[in-house]
Amino acid sequence: MRVSRTVTQRIAFALLTAIMALTVLAILAIITYIFWNGLPAISLEFLSAMPSNGMREGGIWPAIVGTVILTIGTAVIAVPIGLLAAIYLSEYASDSPFTRTIRIAIVNLSGIPSVVYGLFGLALFVLFLGFGSSILASCLTLAIMTLPVIISTAEEALRSVPQSFRVVSISMGGTRWQTIWRIVLPQALPGILTGVILGLERAAGETAPILFTGAAFFLPQLPQSIFDETMALPYHLFVISTQVPGMPVQLQYGTALVLLIFVLAMNLIATFIRSYFRRKRQW
Amino acid sequence: MVRNRKLYEAIIQFLIRVCGYSAVLFVAAIFIFLLQAGLPALVEIAPSSLLGLRWYPITTQYGLLPLLYGSFIITFGAAIFSIPFGIATAVFIAEVAPRWMREVLKPFVEILAGLPSVVLGFLGYLVLAPLIRTTLNLPTGLTALTGSILLAAMALPTIVSVAEDALDAVPKSYRDGALALGATKWQTIWRVTLPAARSGVLTAVMLGVGRAIGETMAVMMVTGNAAQIRWDGLFYPARTMTATIAAEMGEVASGDVHYRVLFLIAIILFLITFIVNLIASSMLIRAKKRAERMLS
Repeated sequence: MRVSRTVTQRIAFALLTAIMALTVLAILAIITYIFWNGLPAISLEFLSAMPSNGMREGGIWPAIVGTVILTIGTAVIAVPIGLLAAIYLSEYASDSPFTRTIRIAIVNLSGIPSVVYGLFGLALFVLFLGFGSSILASCLTLAIMTLPVIISTAEEALRSVPQSFRVVSISMGGTRWQTIWRIVLPQALPGILTGVILGLERAAGETAPILFTGAAFFLPQLPQSIFDETMALPYHLFVISTQVPGMPVQLQYGTALVLLIFVLAMNLIATFIRSYFRRKRQW
Repeated sequence: MVRNRKLYEAIIQFLIRVCGYSAVLFVAAIFIFLLQAGLPALVEIAPSSLLGLRWYPITTQYGLLPLLYGSFIITFGAAIFSIPFGIATAVFIAEVAPRWMREVLKPFVEILAGLPSVVLGFLGYLVLAPLIRTTLNLPTGLTALTGSILLAAMALPTIVSVAEDALDAVPKSYRDGALALGATKWQTIWRVTLPAARSGVLTAVMLGVGRAIGETMAVMMVTGNAAQIRWDGLFYPARTMTATIAAEMGEVASGDVHYRVLFLIAIILFLITFIVNLIASSMLIRAKKRAERMLS
């Protein structure tokens, strides 16, 4: 017996809707669960105090500071390089075999496992260049990892600027760089910003690349220079949820919540910038 | 004045060029440093040990097979969950959902991509693992299956966004043609749109699964990390290559045999993801060329 095709369609669409609903519900459940269990742990003391009693009491202040420092440091290194690379690809490069090699390299860079980045950082920055296990080595490692995200989103944003903008600027006597700096970049800025934030969001949440390059299990004080190690939220969450026996579960959820809020906030900002400027755009 | 500006432009263009080449430089640097630290392991350790079935670094048994198997079975499990879910979600977003819902759903699924893997690992450890232990009546909930489920969640956003792009790129005339011939919406999706987008969808799957092979923290936290090979391995603890590196690198001295083996594992991981991404990206380029041909 053949099932009527409208019935088949109804069954298929019901299935698709169910799967979509399940995905949405799962994401919502993860977020609500962490908020629900983590909120009771959040207090001024938790956010601003040093950990005490083998991290079983006190706060996560040094981990918060560490993650902020690592994120900023990563941005300082990755944004200029990524932006210039994107400008090269969208404004200068022709479609040559060499350009194709660059594109393949970018795709591969984005696929390399984070723990392999960690080993590379250990071999190059920590040992070979002698930076030691430090904030500097961690930021450099995270920056290389973030680079492909920044390059590809920034390139896309630059390419979406209409060609006529460039033509007009050049015909008015602007040099190539003036055209890029004064005309193309400002127009592409929202798209670039979105990509940068999404890339940094990933860097902020990563543990494996900083595991051997600069993350500290526990530090009694904040780092003093870029050659010091630092605590960081993701590594701290890993440590207190698997390495410290007798750890109060509430502090674990609290740490997970702070980390989650950190990345969700970045995600929201990026989404907001994207949709706000897309609506405002006049071309 | 004019000369200054010319100099300034020349410097900027030089910088742009250097940064443009940087990606190639970094990939090469990563590969060279991994090779330099890892290759000596092939000389220092007997092949029979490397191809052995035991990973016991303490007794200098460096069998890589159980680690390969662990990575394989967990990735396999992740693929089973994430492929149908990812493609179905992409089809729903691209073809079924009304426009306003699409605008909401796309960024929403992207949230999943932003969740730090430690956070997922943490939840997996506290919530999912006990659930799996009691429902499947296993001795421990820290199994390959638990890791597979988490990895599926992490591979999902990649699959959805790449597959959705591929479906979106199918020319509207294809759908119109099918509908005009009297096909239902579902028949159009199943017989026309999906087949037309198949190379993009396949790329999506490869990129998603490729990401899963390299995942570290969540896997390390929930899979129990026992290096073993067994046919029903999905329901028992497993140890992946990534987790092995992350767990053991902190304890070895640089230049040690153990240190070199860990780099050797990193080389294997690098090569696997390199090949997967190479194939996926060449497929994407070919698909794009074909789409341009179809439209012109």
